Amino acid sequence: MSMYNSNRGGIIQIIIGIIFILITAQLISLQIFSSKYVLAANNNAIFRKIIYPDRGIIYDRKKRALLENTISYDLVVIPNEAKGVDTATLCDILKIDKAEYSKRIIDVIIKNSRVKSGIFEAFLSAELYAQLTENLYRFPGFSLSERSIRSYPYNTAAHVLGYVAEVDVNFLQKHGEEGYEMGDYAGMTGLEKQYESILMGQRGVNRYLRDNKGKIQGPFEKGQFDTVAIAGRNLFTSMDVEVQQLAEKLLQHKIGSVVALNPKTGSVIAMASSPGYNPNLLTGNQRRKTIGRLLTDTARPIYNRAIKGQYPPGSTFKPMGALIALDEGLITPSFGYNCFGLYTSCGDPRKCEHHNAGHAANLQLALANSCNSYFLQVFRMAIDNPKYHNAKQGYLKWKQYMNSFGLGRKLGIDLPSENRASIPDTAQYNKDFGGAKYWNSCYMLTLGIGQDRMTATPLQLANAMAFIANKGYYYTPHFIDSVEEEDELEKKLLQNFRVKQEVTKIPTEYFDIIKEGMHDVTVYGTAAFIKVPGHEFCAKTGTAQNPHGKNHSLFVCFAPKDNPKIAVAVIVENAGFGATWAGPIAGLVIEKYLNDTLTKESKTKVDYLSNVDLMPAAIKAWYVRNNKTEMLTPIEYNNDELADIWDMEMVSETAPIPAKIDTIKKLDTAAPPSKPLVPLPKTKKAKEQALNPTLKKKKVNSKKNNVSI
Amino acid sequence: MSASSNNNNFSKGTDLAVILLYLIMVAIGIMCIFMVEYNPNLDWSNSFLTAKTNYSKQIYFAIFCGFVAIFILLIDSKLFTALANISYVLGILLMLATFVLGKNINGSKSWIPIAGGFNLQPAELCKIFTALILAKFISKPETDFTKLKSHIVAGIMIALPAVLSIMQHEMGLALVYSAFIFAMYREGLPPVILVILLSFAILVITTLLLEPITMAIILTVIAGLFIAGMMKRFKHNKKNILIVLAIWMVSFGTVRFAVPYIFNNVFECYQSTRIYSMIGKEYDCSMNKKSASSTTERKTKKPDDYNVKQSKIAIGSGGFWGRGFLKGTQTRGKYVPAQHTDFIFTSLGEAFGFVGTFTFLALYLFFLFRLIRIAERQRSTFSRVYAYSVVGIFFFHIAVNICMTIGLFPVVGIPLPLISYGGSSLLTFTALLFILLRLDADRQMVLR
Repeated sequence: MSMYNSNRGGIIQIIIGIIFILITAQLISLQIFSSKYVLAANNNAIFRKIIYPDRGIIYDRKKRALLENTISYDLVVIPNEAKGVDTATLCDILKIDKAEYSKRIIDVIIKNSRVKSGIFEAFLSAELYAQLTENLYRFPGFSLSERSIRSYPYNTAAHVLGYVAEVDVNFLQKHGEEGYEMGDYAGMTGLEKQYESILMGQRGVNRYLRDNKGKIQGPFEKGQFDTVAIAGRNLFTSMDVEVQQLAEKLLQHKIGSVVALNPKTGSVIAMASSPGYNPNLLTGNQRRKTIGRLLTDTARPIYNRAIKGQYPPGSTFKPMGALIALDEGLITPSFGYNCFGLYTSCGDPRKCEHHNAGHAANLQLALANSCNSYFLQVFRMAIDNPKYHNAKQGYLKWKQYMNSFGLGRKLGIDLPSENRASIPDTAQYNKDFGGAKYWNSCYMLTLGIGQDRMTATPLQLANAMAFIANKGYYYTPHFIDSVEEEDELEKKLLQNFRVKQEVTKIPTEYFDIIKEGMHDVTVYGTAAFIKVPGHEFCAKTGTAQNPHGKNHSLFVCFAPKDNPKIAVAVIVENAGFGATWAGPIAGLVIEKYLNDTLTKESKTKVDYLSNVDLMPAAIKAWYVRNNKTEMLTPIEYNNDELADIWDMEMVSETAPIPAKIDTIKKLDTAAPPSKPLVPLPKTKKAKEQALNPTLKKKKVNSKKNNVSI
Repeated sequence: MSASSNNNNFSKGTDLAVILLYLIMVAIGIMCIFMVEYNPNLDWSNSFLTAKTNYSKQIYFAIFCGFVAIFILLIDSKLFTALANISYVLGILLMLATFVLGKNINGSKSWIPIAGGFNLQPAELCKIFTALILAKFISKPETDFTKLKSHIVAGIMIALPAVLSIMQHEMGLALVYSAFIFAMYREGLPPVILVILLSFAILVITTLLLEPITMAIILTVIAGLFIAGMMKRFKHNKKNILIVLAIWMVSFGTVRFAVPYIFNNVFECYQSTRIYSMIGKEYDCSMNKKSASSTTERKTKKPDDYNVKQSKIAIGSGGFWGRGFLKGTQTRGKYVPAQHTDFIFTSLGEAFGFVGTFTFLALYLFFLFRLIRIAERQRSTFSRVYAYSVVGIFFFHIAVNICMTIGLFPVVGIPLPLISYGGSSLLTFTALLFILLRLDADRQMVLR
């Protein structure tokens, strides 16, 4: 019988072989051709802990930190371990109810699963932190986790510095390749955004092995795949904290902007935009409360008017008009115009502020007296220049000059979303007047005095002053002079800022004439009463007509006259004459920068100017209507506790509410803590404390925090 | 050559290759268990002989099994034929005893506690006894294994312990008894039965895969085509048409009634779920009458395909070369449940990759072919039938166990022979194998 079926042994072997081949095939598919299992295994077992480095710090020209990092604490919870929690006490401390407690636990579970820790309450106040550390033993599963947040010891330069915020889905899509993850923070505006890659440093990743219950078993592969966090690098600017604070203070209760540049380097010394906000209000737990308020404010406190505001330059444009005419050989410095208070060559008469004979007898006089007729005439000569056959060609040449002065185009400052403002194109006039044939210099006559369709940003105006101060060149305006441990890429990036922009061939003697004229402005001209103690300076006032309301007050200048170290442009919206408001502000900024201090007389002027309220009535009415009067509150600059945001919060709560807004305040039932409308009188000592570098004090503060953990 | 001369020198005639393979396998098993339990924070060198860890226990089991193996090799081979019937009866009685004395381990009441905290699983031992009684039955001179009657008697012998295992909720053990089909096939079971069984398996699988209506249509179309084909060829043969109709009826009944009945009333909810999850479907436990009461308790458990998923991740993440000895993250993180017992193959796959698993499979294939060679060189039917039973049991365990870890078979609790942790299992396979080696040593004898 065995012989009979002996071939069946072979069949059985074949069956076994087939099954083994099947198994082998599946093993090949699993182990050789599917990479997803390795990923799945790593997802299972390798826990990546990201180590966030400290962000880089931005310093001013005297190495004072414009912003730095503070430690804040979050209350975090691991839901699985949160058993036997004294919820009543916890809810009491956090001032929440039981329902909110369960809701937050569920949120944490949804976001981070049961076994990972998630944030229960972010950015604890000092008081909460103390209470929680004391009682933490009652809350198993809860712990306090450290995180680094921005703080702004000088409460200043909010627009320039920008803010960091948690990245959202949009951001992640845009920066998919850069390794950001949900929950990361990144610079969203200002320098924080522009220099994000340098400031953020390099995150470190530690890999841990965890078991099926989520417990950490120890470092994965003895940590050989871990990367070290590299701290963000510091940035160095030529800004001056004190000048910046002064500029912001002078703009209080006004809408406007101050830009101060160093013409020798193009570095920004100060850039203020008003209304502004205290940058500390957008960090930590303040942010949630503040951001909505700031975004809905009708005066747009987040908007950086210095690089985005478009203003008709008005008479501040006149020196540029004169330069063109000189360079084109249309006038000589001795060219005069017989103005009697009106310009009538184009029919409809244009007014001039002066009508005494000889106030425009030559270029220097015309500049000093800001004679409208003179510059209207000069503009017409440029457009109707016989060299260029027709008005269109002449205009194009004129526009080319404008662009080389840095007007009507982006200058390339290292801030996001700079506006190019406008030097109109011929196409626009062709459209307005029905074709190139149908217009001539009379049609856009007021361009000659910086009106019509011409607009410029405060930055462009300051840069134009730097151009004149340097007699024919400028450096691209910028904040960042150098980066700590600069590498090749950054050298290349900053190289743009280190190259002389010399785009015109205007001879220097013409600049000398303009400078003399602008100097005369400050000697006997429109700005004769504005003085900078110890320095001669050159300036030009401007009072720009504005279709929406009162004239804008403008002032451009540079100082000292013979060795310019600062070029300033000031704009105060709807304020009136340039010499009245913008002029004194510019004068004080120059004084502060050049002398490093203000005279007693100047200080009284600062107090006076900073308290003058030039807010348009419509905006004030909006605040009252929307119960938002607290937004009118200016930033408190001279508080010596500002380095620590916890302390700052307490100060803001205890500060007396000034009587001035008391009446409006009554309408405001849900009144958040407010700061005084009028800055508190400050002693010299307190001021020095605030302005001195707080770095040392900061260290003490953070040490204190560490001890109390 | 007499039996007594062999008693004096038992190594003579024993197949040393198989013994060597056996030792290699047991060593691999201990290494795998060690990989599963390894904890870098503990000093493992001390715990090797303390019997507190599984690998250390397995070492003691192996030593014990070594004594058992030597003992078996010293027994006169005639004893096995003599004791075949009585041992089978004893085994069945032991299995019945578990219903009274049984200790609940992992949800199955198939263990009898014995001294020293060790437990015995009679169903495991019953495999040996069944192999012996089957060999004894077929080798009897009066048995004609080409006859259907003999097939039925053999079938009952095999089915009895299988049914008892099902009653003990040991689905895996029960399935193992189907391994005896190899021995029966070798001894004359008509291939038709294999074909019918295979067709039936295909029918059940397609029933699960397809909608009942689709199945009904397909079956009817096939039957219709057969009848139409036959009408052309044999116009008068109504008998064939009736057979086709009968097959159609049976198939239809299976699809419509038998399969749903088995899944809803015979299988436990988790078993049905596992089988459904194999083919990527979800089983609705509310249909299951057997475990309707316990569904609430099961809901809190991990999803049922969790095991297979983690097991596939572990094996798949090994890649070609593997993650290295003691470096598997799935193993270290204890992601694979029951990894030291039924899913031991995953630790091998993760640590040594395809190279390791392929070598391991090749080793086992060589082992099985070696056993078949041994089987074919027996003079006595008893030894040959027994040898094929051993081949079938080993093969079935290996195939089902590995297939379930790589997602080719539903999860049933079947250990990997000689590798998985467990004293009962190791003892059974040792005994199975060494009885065969003992019989093989006397292969020139005719045993009945």
